[in-house]
Order: sequence, then C-alpha cells, then structure tokens
Amino acid sequence: MRAVCWHGPLDVRVDNVPDPKILNPRDAIIKITSTAICGSDLHFYDGYIPSMMPGDIVGHEFMGEIVEVGPAVKNLKIGDRVIIPFPISCGNCFFCRKEQWSLCDNSNHQAHLIEPLYGTSPAALFGYSHFFGGYAGGQAEYARVPFADVGPFKVPDHLSDDQVLFLTDVLATGYMGAENCNIQPGDTVAVWGCGAVGLFAIKSAILLGAERVIAIDRFPERLEKAAMMGAHEIINYEEIDPGEALKEMTGGRGPDACIDAVGMEAHGIGPEGVYDKVKQAVRMETDRPYVLRQAIVACRKGGTVSLPGVYGGFVDKIPIGAAMNKGLTFKMGQTHVHKYLPTLLSHIENGDIDPTIVISHHLPLDDAPRGYEIFKHKRENCTKIVLKP
Amino acid sequence: METVSGGNQENQPQNPQGVSDAEKWGSLITGGAMVLMGLSQRSLRGALMAMAGGAMAYHGATADKSLTDKVADATGLGKGIKVEKTVTIINKTPEELYEFWHNFENLPTFMKHLKSVTVTSPTRSHWVTSAPFGTEVEWDAEIVADQPNKLIAWASVEGSQVDNSGFVRFQPGPPGRGTEVKVVMEYNPPGGVVGAAIAKLFGEEAEQQIGDELRRFKMLMEAGEIATTEGQPSGRK
Repeated sequence: MRAVCWHGPLDVRVDNVPDPKILNPRDAIIKITSTAICGSDLHFYDGYIPSMMPGDIVGHEFMGEIVEVGPAVKNLKIGDRVIIPFPISCGNCFFCRKEQWSLCDNSNHQAHLIEPLYGTSPAALFGYSHFFGGYAGGQAEYARVPFADVGPFKVPDHLSDDQVLFLTDVLATGYMGAENCNIQPGDTVAVWGCGAVGLFAIKSAILLGAERVIAIDRFPERLEKAAMMGAHEIINYEEIDPGEALKEMTGGRGPDACIDAVGMEAHGIGPEGVYDKVKQAVRMETDRPYVLRQAIVACRKGGTVSLPGVYGGFVDKIPIGAAMNKGLTFKMGQTHVHKYLPTLLSHIENGDIDPTIVISHHLPLDDAPRGYEIFKHKRENCTKIVLKP
Repeated sequence: METVSGGNQENQPQNPQGVSDAEKWGSLITGGAMVLMGLSQRSLRGALMAMAGGAMAYHGATADKSLTDKVADATGLGKGIKVEKTVTIINKTPEELYEFWHNFENLPTFMKHLKSVTVTSPTRSHWVTSAPFGTEVEWDAEIVADQPNKLIAWASVEGSQVDNSGFVRFQPGPPGRGTEVKVVMEYNPPGGVVGAAIAKLFGEEAEQQIGDELRRFKMLMEAGEIATTEGQPSGRK
C-alpha cells in the first residue's frame, strides 16, 4: 500500500510499504477513505518530537471502512464505516473505565521509553513516535486499529467524511479544551491560536455557554475563520499586545478562561519570542511556551488556563508566581476522544457545528509532502488539509 | 559449598546482623507491612530460605559470600542483580492473579525471554530461556514459600546455570484500585562466556525487563492481550 512515512525533519515521503495485518485478537484493519494532517504533525515534521524512527508511518486523524476484524471483535463487521479516535485505549484499565481514554495503561507497550521523562506513560497514539507506542499511523491506504472493539465509532451514512473526520481529533480536542474551562454564564473566554483546534474551541465555548469569545492569531485568514465560527472579537497579536488588549476588553478583569490552542511551537514577538526560539533550537528547552506565559498573565484571578495545545517536554520561565498568587486552575491533557463522540456527533447532525469550515485543502495522499510544506508555512491560506488515499 | 541455600549452611557461624536481616526480610515478606528495603541486603535467597526453612535456614542468610559471588567479583561482573517492580491490576482479584501465576507454565505468555517452564513436581519446575547468540539457559526452580492468594517465592536449585530467586506478592490496593502485584528478583550471574551471556540476558536492563514483563502481565490480565507493533508495516529500508 501507499503510506506517508517520516524520514527526518522536513522529510516525509509517500512510500510503498506492506499492507497491515491483524496482529492481536482485538485488532481490525480499515481501508482509509479520508485522513488529515494535524497541527501536531508539524511538531515531528519540524523535528521536535523525539523517538521518531525513519520509515514510521504517520497520521492520527483518519476514518474509513472495516475490511477485516480479529476474532475478539464482535461489535464491528466488514463494511462498517468508522472514525478512529487518535488515542489507542484498551477500554478495561482504571483510566479507560473513568473515561480518561488518553491515559490508557495498556496500549503503550514501549512505555519504558517515556517513563523516565513522564513517570508513567499515557496512552499510545497512532503515528506519533515511539514514546507513544510506535504504532503505524493513518496517512495510508490501510491501517491496523488495535482494541478495535473499543475505539472505532460508527458514523451514519448521511454525513460526509468531511463532516465527521475531525471527530477523531481536532474537533474533540477543541471541545475538551473548552469543557475544561468550566464555563459559567457571563464568562469571557480567550483562545490563542485559530488553527483547527482553536476554531473548534471557539465554537465549543459558545455551545457551552460562553458570553463572549475572543480569538487571537496573526493570520488574517484564520481570524476570518474564527469570526465564521462565532468569535465575538479578534486580536491580531502582531498588531496589538493581547495582554493589554484583553484586560481593556474585559473591564480590567482579564478573561475568565484562557485556552492555549497553540502549544509547543508558539510564535512570540519581541525579545521573549527570540529567547524561546533560540533556546529550543539549541535544545535548552523542548517547547516554546510563549502563549502559555501570556495566557497565565492575562487570565483573571481565580480563572482557568486550559491547554489543548500539545507540549512535549520542558519549558522555561513559566510565571508560576502569577499562577499561584492569582489562584489559577490549570486543565490539560491529550483528548479523551471516545468520551465526546456521541455529544459531538449530535451537534453535527443538528447543524450546531459545521466542521467543514476548517478545511482549506483536499489533496491526494501522494501530495502529502507538499501538504506538510504548505501547512507548515501557512501558504495558500492553509488551515486544514484532508488527504484522500 | 556451591550456593547459599538452606541445606548446606548449618556449619556457618551465626552473624547477628545477618539474622536480623533475615528476620527483617521474613517479616517484610510475610507480614505485609511493606516498606521493602530496596534490597540492600546481600541475599534475597537467604531471606527466602529463612522463611521457608526455619531456624536452620537462618544460617543461609548469614553465610559468607557464596562461590558464585566470588566468581562474579573476580570476573568483574555485577554481584547480584536485584530488582523490584510493582504494577496494579484493576479487574482481577489477588486470588485470580495468584492462581494464574502459580501455574508457572503460564509465565512464558508474558515473559518474553522465557521459552518454556515445565512443572515437574508440586514444588519443582524446569525453566528454559533463550540467551544471546542463539544459546539457551536452563535451570530448575523450587518453590520455597507459598501463601495462597498472597505470595509465591522461588529459588533456583543448587548447581543451576544461573542462580536466581524471587517472590511475587499479590495484595489488594485501596478500595477500587485493584490488586498490587510486586515482583522482587535477584540474579547472581556466574563468570565465563555463559556468565557474560546471562549477564546480558538478565543484567543490562534487568529493571526494565522485569518492568516490561509485569506490564505485559497487566495487559494480558486487564486487556486480554499484549499490545504489540511487531509485524506492522513501515517504510524502513
């Protein structure tokens, strides 16, 4: 089959590889009909995710049709149309039973790689480095899905791939980012980053009852999409300082909740931005926490900082004094995708959310290298690429 | 005398420090007040024998360095490799886990390096592992302590290619937290070529290896299968 393989920083290729096989009784094989490039895929594309190995098949947002099931999978049959949550979850462990699916104990069989760094391992993820299990991803014609009696979620035929594909990650991730804000009536929520996750966080914050949502980015086309998603105001941080602006916009209080939908490759301006970029480049910190710092300082006293944006390792100069003394709550985590699917599917069916707004490009799988390139540089107004194998 | 074990130690002078170590081990293992001592004591085997064999075996724990230790010292190999690791298994009782483990023939399903375990008598079993360079290492092990639903302790019999001993303990966690499974093991790799192979097998990553084996045990018990990516496609040349 054809599959998108990582060969090194800025080097993804579409290779001919063997077809996946059933390896365990709870496995299924799906023929992929749609797969997306996620903003977090850019982190390994840019070389910031350790423990990638040349030849790894990437991709963790994908859906398709069941073509084979293992003997222990009784709830799926060949021909079922399914979406695949990006965390791999066994469904039986302490965390899966608590619906903390992205913390599954049993899916990362290479947990010893990440334990020295994290203490204990979170769930394995599709196509996202050997720290997270080294599972082949879904930017391919076919994929093996472990614990297929738990992960795959059947979707109705009357909804198109574009309408349901993002349930696998970015839509659920934006939703959890907003849910983590514990939004109360009258709340103002600020969202840093208007990529797909940020856009869905904006929409979700509104659905969850936010009075006002303020979107922050630097690309006009993204800010336009934020407005289409319902953001009440927008801030282009290259034009005005978000910290001061947010304070003025909220009567001097600051937003009740701040969502960092950017994560480890935040772009800062001024000396602080340069500082992080240099430190990350020479590996003195693994992540650039520019947005995180800004969110902590901007947030109102007693407010919530929610992190759906992906961080990997260590960050520097976090204003923990501000966070402590202001009594902030931090909520974060890889998305417990399985938990949100029924709710979000009904929002899509009711027309509350139109996920297709975020898509800027449809490309054939073979164009994936170009897709990564334009997505990284935000060329051609790129916000989200769907690949068609 | 070849190894430290209960049977041939009765002429050893008694060492009060050793006795207290053995008592400590005995009470730690049997008592369930479980702040394990990080295996700072010289011989787990001695402590296990002490538990199993009563007064006579206490001498075992107090013995001078065994021959294997001396060889290990001389060849510069690590003396004893001592590991303790714990996992919690949520959906199985201590009884179920004890029962599965007690049938040693089940162990190769999650212990990757084990080729086979054959139970040869109610207390004895024959173990075969694959070692580097296509070789195999075999030994006989004896159950030295057996507390139903709580603890199984074993030690290799005298003259084994690899002197090893250990115990696995099953203990309920706090309410709703499942069963805590702790494995404590000790190996004394001999010298020579076989020793080097065994040291590689058990030694270099002993902590990780026991941790991985316990993780696979947990996967098998909780998820019904052991997660793997072996055999999946990639673009590696």
